[in-house]
Amino acid sequence: MRRRLTEGVFHGIALLATLALLAALGLILWTIAAQGARALNWTLITQPPTSGSYTEEGGGGIAHALIGSLYLAGGATLLALLISVPAALYLRVYASSWFAGAVRLLMDVLWGVPSIVFGAFGFTLMLLVGLRASLLAGIITVALFELPIMIRAIDEVMTMAPRELEEAAYSVGATRAETAVRVIMKQALPGIVTGVLLAFGRGIGDAASVMFTAGFTDHIPTGVMDKAATLPLAIFFQLGTPFAHAHERAYGAALLLVILVLMTSVVARVISARLGRYSVQ
Amino acid sequence: MLQRRHIHDYIARHAMLAATLFAGGLVIAIAVALYLRAHPLLASQSLAALLRGHTWAPSRGEFGFLPFIAGTLWVTAVAAALAVPVCLLAAVYLAEYAGPRVRAVVKPLIDVLAGIPSVVYGVWGLLVVVPYIAETLGPYAQRHWAHLPLLHTDYTTGFSILAGGVVLAIMISPAIIAIADEVLRAVPREYREAAQALGATRAETITRVVARKALPGLAAAVVLGLSRALGETMAVLMVVGNWPHVPTSIFDGAYPLPALIANNYGEMMSIPLYDAALLGAAFLLLVLVLAFNLLARVVLVRATREAV
Repeated sequence: MRRRLTEGVFHGIALLATLALLAALGLILWTIAAQGARALNWTLITQPPTSGSYTEEGGGGIAHALIGSLYLAGGATLLALLISVPAALYLRVYASSWFAGAVRLLMDVLWGVPSIVFGAFGFTLMLLVGLRASLLAGIITVALFELPIMIRAIDEVMTMAPRELEEAAYSVGATRAETAVRVIMKQALPGIVTGVLLAFGRGIGDAASVMFTAGFTDHIPTGVMDKAATLPLAIFFQLGTPFAHAHERAYGAALLLVILVLMTSVVARVISARLGRYSVQ
Repeated sequence: MLQRRHIHDYIARHAMLAATLFAGGLVIAIAVALYLRAHPLLASQSLAALLRGHTWAPSRGEFGFLPFIAGTLWVTAVAAALAVPVCLLAAVYLAEYAGPRVRAVVKPLIDVLAGIPSVVYGVWGLLVVVPYIAETLGPYAQRHWAHLPLLHTDYTTGFSILAGGVVLAIMISPAIIAIADEVLRAVPREYREAAQALGATRAETITRVVARKALPGLAAAVVLGLSRALGETMAVLMVVGNWPHVPTSIFDGAYPLPALIANNYGEMMSIPLYDAALLGAAFLLLVLVLAFNLLARVVLVRATREAV
């Protein structure tokens, strides 16, 4: 009898712990949605700040930060893709299992490196090559930050591609590079798309890595050497002011950021499920 | 005869290798670059003096890291105390009790928690956690917990270690749960069946057999979660008060290392050695995180390999 009771209690607290976490998620999303919905409007999204938006009478929106974030995360994701796909292909097609294991461990470790450390590293790179705080410097830093996420995501689907596919390609005379690009890469396409969207979501939400490197401005960037504002930093700086209207804009921007990140992750799931159907299992 | 296709293969192979080496070498490059930038500070003062120093006064050349290290450890410890029991229980629920349909709903929701940007957690902390501590929990602690160690307070603004710890605890939960769930599911089914055949209840099977078998992996899950907490910047920075002192209570403010770096990067080039000190703080953070990570990864590789 006593043992039945213990069983029930244990099951109960395990369930309770899970529900507590889901409740925390609900509370966070509800708070951000409730506060943000009042502030989120067309002006906020489409207008850059008017002059002195951090003073008592300032107005306008956060279009500069929205566009800055999209440029920054988009550019960084493209740059990271250019390194991730070849690296993941190398691990699958050429690398010995020892070397692949070592690189995977390094990627897992790199994934754990805090974004502020990437920011500090990006800053030392900038000093080294004499680059100012700019969209370009931010893109490079965020690309480095996204690299382990993307490589691991792409690597994971590539290892799932059946060996027989490769062997079939070799047997008809394809070189390893041809097999890698024409067979393995095609097979891994859903994984590549998922990895890209995952990395984009991480990149657009991160503030600490761009703080040092992308600078901050009230203007929409027109070139890669311009400074660029980002949504996370716009939220942070506006909350740091004593003005209610700036706080309102920050809440609106926070809701916008959450919507962007959640949409990215939903699209990633849908695309990977859709495209996954066409892969050879 | 060497064909054109073979030359292409040769070039492609080496280009791919270059990309791989670039990514693999990045951790080392980061460590070396930050160490070199921090070196002037280490050359001017002994490491022990820096780590034990209480005073942070860059304009006088005093760089005592102790308050910041203490702040980091306090916030991480509070996050661990809150997150570890809840996460392990939730992982047990997902791995041992939940059916496939419940898992299919709950796991993506917990992933959503992992996807929410740090700064948004900060906004939530400012709107909900900080006011709750300032208006409800803090005054309660003043009246009832005055004689308790770690929990006493005379007055709190709400911007506190506790606020940082609560926000962090939620932020690191998805990572701990995901790994702990994987580790628990890697324990072979036969162990459970053997225990239940001997008449053990499910709770007994889990606590005495499955959890014992999975212990190294569960420890690794916790360590990985904590290494996330060590380096988390924006959310903590927004709610922790940024007060450079060695705390004595969870209602005190604190100033963790990442917040130190983020708050002061603007003026670091204008004072001698200031940039070396801040990039040194980043190096210190990196060393802590790498140590935690490598330890956990090695344990984890062993734990999952042995179980399969």
